[in-house]
Amino acid sequence: MASQTEDSIATLLGETSVLVPAGRSAERIADLSWWLFGSATLIWFVVLGLSVYAAYVRPGAHDVARVRLMIVGGGAVLPTILLGGVLAYSLWLMPQVKPPIPEGAVEIEVEGLRWWWRVRYASEEGGATEVANELALPVGRPAVLRLTSPDVIHSFWVPALAGKTDMIPGRETIIVLEPTRTGVFRGACAEYCGTSHALMNFAVLVLEPDAYEGWLARQGAPAQEPEGPLEARGAAVFREYGCGACHAIRGTQANGVVGPDLTHVGSRRTLGAGALPNTPEDYVDWIARTHEVKPDANMPPFGMLPDDDLAALAAYLDGLT
Amino acid sequence: MNARAKLLDWARTRPGESVKAAQERRLSKAWETPKGWRYWSAVNNTEVGLWYTICAFVFFLFAGVLALIMRAQLAVPDNDLVTADQYNQIFTLHGSVMMFLFGVPSFEAFSILVLPQMLGARDLPFPRLSAFGFWCFLIGGVFVCGSLFFGIAPKGGWFMYPPLTTEYQDGYGADIWLLGLSFIEIASIAAAVELIVGALKTRPPGMRINLMPLYAWYVLVVAGMILFAFPPLIAGDLLFEMQRAFDWPFFDPDRGGDPLLWQHLFWIFGHPEVYIIFLPAIALVATMIPTFAGRPLVGYSWVVLAAVGTGFISFGLWVHHMYATGLPNVSLGFFSAASVSVAIPTGVQIFCFIATMLVGRATTNVPLLYVSGAFAVFVLGGLTGVMVALVPFDLQVHDTYFIVAHLHYVLVGGVVFPILGAIHYFFPLVNGKSLSPRLGTIAFWLAFVGFNLAFWPMHISGLRGMPRRVFTYEAGMGLELLNMISTIGAFTLAAGLAVFLWDVVRPKSRQPLSPRNPWNAGTIEWAAKIPPEPWGARTIPAVSSRYPLWDQENFLDDYDHGRFYLPDAEEVKRETIITTVIDAVPIQCLRVPGPTWLTLIAAAGAGGLFVLATFKLYVLALLCGAIGFATILIWLWTGTALEPEKEEKDIGLGVTVPLYASGPASVGWWAMFITMIGDATAFAGLVFGYYFFWTVHPQFPPAGADGPGTFWPLVSLGLLALAWAATLAARGLIRREHRGGGIAALALGALSTIAGVAALAAGPWLTGMDPTVHAYEATVWVLVLWTGIHGAIGLVMQLYCIARAAAGRLTARRDIDIANVALYWHFMLATIAVTVATIAGFPLLS
Repeated sequence: MASQTEDSIATLLGETSVLVPAGRSAERIADLSWWLFGSATLIWFVVLGLSVYAAYVRPGAHDVARVRLMIVGGGAVLPTILLGGVLAYSLWLMPQVKPPIPEGAVEIEVEGLRWWWRVRYASEEGGATEVANELALPVGRPAVLRLTSPDVIHSFWVPALAGKTDMIPGRETIIVLEPTRTGVFRGACAEYCGTSHALMNFAVLVLEPDAYEGWLARQGAPAQEPEGPLEARGAAVFREYGCGACHAIRGTQANGVVGPDLTHVGSRRTLGAGALPNTPEDYVDWIARTHEVKPDANMPPFGMLPDDDLAALAAYLDGLT
Repeated sequence: MNARAKLLDWARTRPGESVKAAQERRLSKAWETPKGWRYWSAVNNTEVGLWYTICAFVFFLFAGVLALIMRAQLAVPDNDLVTADQYNQIFTLHGSVMMFLFGVPSFEAFSILVLPQMLGARDLPFPRLSAFGFWCFLIGGVFVCGSLFFGIAPKGGWFMYPPLTTEYQDGYGADIWLLGLSFIEIASIAAAVELIVGALKTRPPGMRINLMPLYAWYVLVVAGMILFAFPPLIAGDLLFEMQRAFDWPFFDPDRGGDPLLWQHLFWIFGHPEVYIIFLPAIALVATMIPTFAGRPLVGYSWVVLAAVGTGFISFGLWVHHMYATGLPNVSLGFFSAASVSVAIPTGVQIFCFIATMLVGRATTNVPLLYVSGAFAVFVLGGLTGVMVALVPFDLQVHDTYFIVAHLHYVLVGGVVFPILGAIHYFFPLVNGKSLSPRLGTIAFWLAFVGFNLAFWPMHISGLRGMPRRVFTYEAGMGLELLNMISTIGAFTLAAGLAVFLWDVVRPKSRQPLSPRNPWNAGTIEWAAKIPPEPWGARTIPAVSSRYPLWDQENFLDDYDHGRFYLPDAEEVKRETIITTVIDAVPIQCLRVPGPTWLTLIAAAGAGGLFVLATFKLYVLALLCGAIGFATILIWLWTGTALEPEKEEKDIGLGVTVPLYASGPASVGWWAMFITMIGDATAFAGLVFGYYFFWTVHPQFPPAGADGPGTFWPLVSLGLLALAWAATLAARGLIRREHRGGGIAALALGALSTIAGVAALAAGPWLTGMDPTVHAYEATVWVLVLWTGIHGAIGLVMQLYCIARAAAGRLTARRDIDIANVALYWHFMLATIAVTVATIAGFPLLS
């Protein structure tokens, strides 16, 4: 797809600013932030002005009793009032920033692994739709994300939507997201989790409710059949090299659970949790030079594959939209 | 006061110059620094403090170079200057070295160097302990830093969160971190004990605690914090290394462990650590500001209370590093309030400094420039600190470059700039020469501009979504320009530091000596002659003011002519005065030991134990440990509790004090007491682990787990209580000159100690508790292990006392050994009681 080759990874992963929020929690925090930045700037200038005055401009000759009053006022009373105020404001925000689980929320399980994200949408029939390194949310409706990790501590962070929540082995943590506008928003692992911590990103697609339902239905469907001979050969390569031991492609015999589900990998915005854009060449890069792209990743590199096998495999996977 | 004034008058009529010269000859001989290669056997605070300070700065420069490599890597997106693995080692070492090898030691090093001078003492009470601590620090530091050159450096971050570091990082890195830094932490605690005893007991006569220089107050607060903050980390390190080496599953959730236990233990240490690093720099500011203002500090007692308050509050904030771990909102609110409140004592201190400048007549100079720069930077860091104390804001910026900016504003602004200013300020006292005001000013502006260029943009990088500890970032996120500016700033800062370094090391042989007291300061350290003499204080002054050089008439003349205390070393021995804790009444003339190689050998042995254990060479490690242990015994036997040739000594001004003291009057007793407080804190960390597991598990001890039972633990408690009673009885018998009875009681005590420790181990052993099965078994065993090791140390002490008594060195009048051992055993009794109550008693309740 031509449009994808032109986009950088940063564009594909989406907006990432704390101060340009797109979720209820992040909006409240951004409000708080502006108040904090404004008052901190003011206080800094006052204190520094006073220090420079005391040291360089008009040193000396001030009355001790009045100066003691300044210590009590400026050092203790005023800070107590200001800090009390800002603390009260932030505590009042807490129920909005970390709300209790709302009724009728979308339920999603997210697992952080070294160095990618497994995402499961519970379906009404009881099963689950599994995707990886990407999740979609309907705008205006809360979503509850149940966060776990089977290996090391990670932290789930989508700056435009909310603050971060750690994913800790042996526990389940919860974050509630409520997007307020549509768009693509970058997510990242915020807790240092080993060699390729920097390459553990994801995209959040905030969609209109209809589009969201459509997305979920497409992701829940089995993989499409290979289109042409090249893709069919790629499917055979996938089988022969045992890729299915780790990866699942629903609708085929590949049912591995170690690595990301690849049923619709071709529809994803990036490869390798934001390590590469998603073009056929990128598949070749990823499969043949995995550890150059993402050091210490669990997937072994398949650089020994003949070039045309690699090309076929890439075409097949790219076609799994 | 009148009597003292009369005595001073009398002293001033004594014959002058020839007496003075003879006194100075004897002092020089007693305090002579060893020459040639023997120089390295010196233990005096002026040598050890200087080595220690230089070493800490070399580690600072090393960690600074690592920072430059990181900045070079991040200068442009998708850079491959270093690999991900190298980058992770580099940032881990940068943080660990700055915290453990520079932040804390630089304060201790500098305090060892200047605290005795500020107190007019000739040395700290335990010079050999300082030297031992220094050699441990050097060995441990070189070991940890050196690992980088073999590509096996730790790479788990300076916080080392499991399970990443317990199960997902092979190789020696994590072990190097755990063992190397534990070794240094022990040295840090040793120095803290030394400094606390120094500040409490070696003050000059008349310097009541409310006349103490503010620096000494901060030393007390900070050393006290080290004593309570480092032990939980050592307890955590012990659990951690037991998991790595022997698979005891403290942090493994599959076997009942919990990774969050480490986070609690680490941050109970880690947050006070920030204040441990920051308060000493404030102490330097509090020392320099009155000099610049030319008048006493306004609000002395407020500053003291604020420092103590900061110390206390800092232990209640650790959870603000864990806001994102999913704790309930109520706990978050509590810790948020505590975190915000710490800004108030800090505000009081800053306003006291500004107030002093307002009242005084400020002279502008290079150190003041650094202090002003520190203010500008630190106040901003403090304001962002309040921001991140607020839970909602922190949930966004936690673990982003905003935090990197915040912590560097606090630590570079609050610590590095004051230290650079203080180096400028104190340099003449160390070297006799001044640093160049011109170079100092150039260095300042380069460093100040560079610092702000480097770190201010990081606030924005963080808000734009750049997480910490990333080895790269991709183009197009809006981070390119910010990171390039940061890198340019970092190299500008480095250029400033290079100019500063050049000023320090440039040859100064043609430069004239600095005048005495060049800044017109009021505190005692500036009474020193320039260039300085190895004996430190010419005479130990009688003090009646916080600023004796300003307030006490004729002070320098009296000082130079030795008209105060101990102007002489009649027996050519190293002596200093021990005074009471609150009122500084002289109670002992302490003989401190001179040069020795024992401290270096002991440190090498202990270092060998830790270094070789890292590489699992346990036999060689134990061999080194044995050498270290034997050396320490020789050191104790030959170098402590020395028999003086006479009972008392006239220290001048009509005061005669004993040369020997034991019990609470002695520095040894205080050191033991303070050490055991730290030791008990580490033990409390382990006990915390047990009850922490109880809170996270629905049932703890887990159903079906065999505990250690109650029989053997109670037998152990009985036997160790008997050992305690026997030790106390031995103390009584020896004090009543029943040597035979004392030895018999100690022998009984030793036997019951052995039996008691065996009985303690018998409980979990006989019920077949396997420490690798579940965190419950592992926790019981670690408590047994801890108590058992302390029993073994108690046994060594009992045997040592038997040997001392048999050799006639432990007698009714020379009873310091048994007095200190009895004190140890009080703590031992408490340890076994808590252990038995926890492992045998608690399961009965739940």
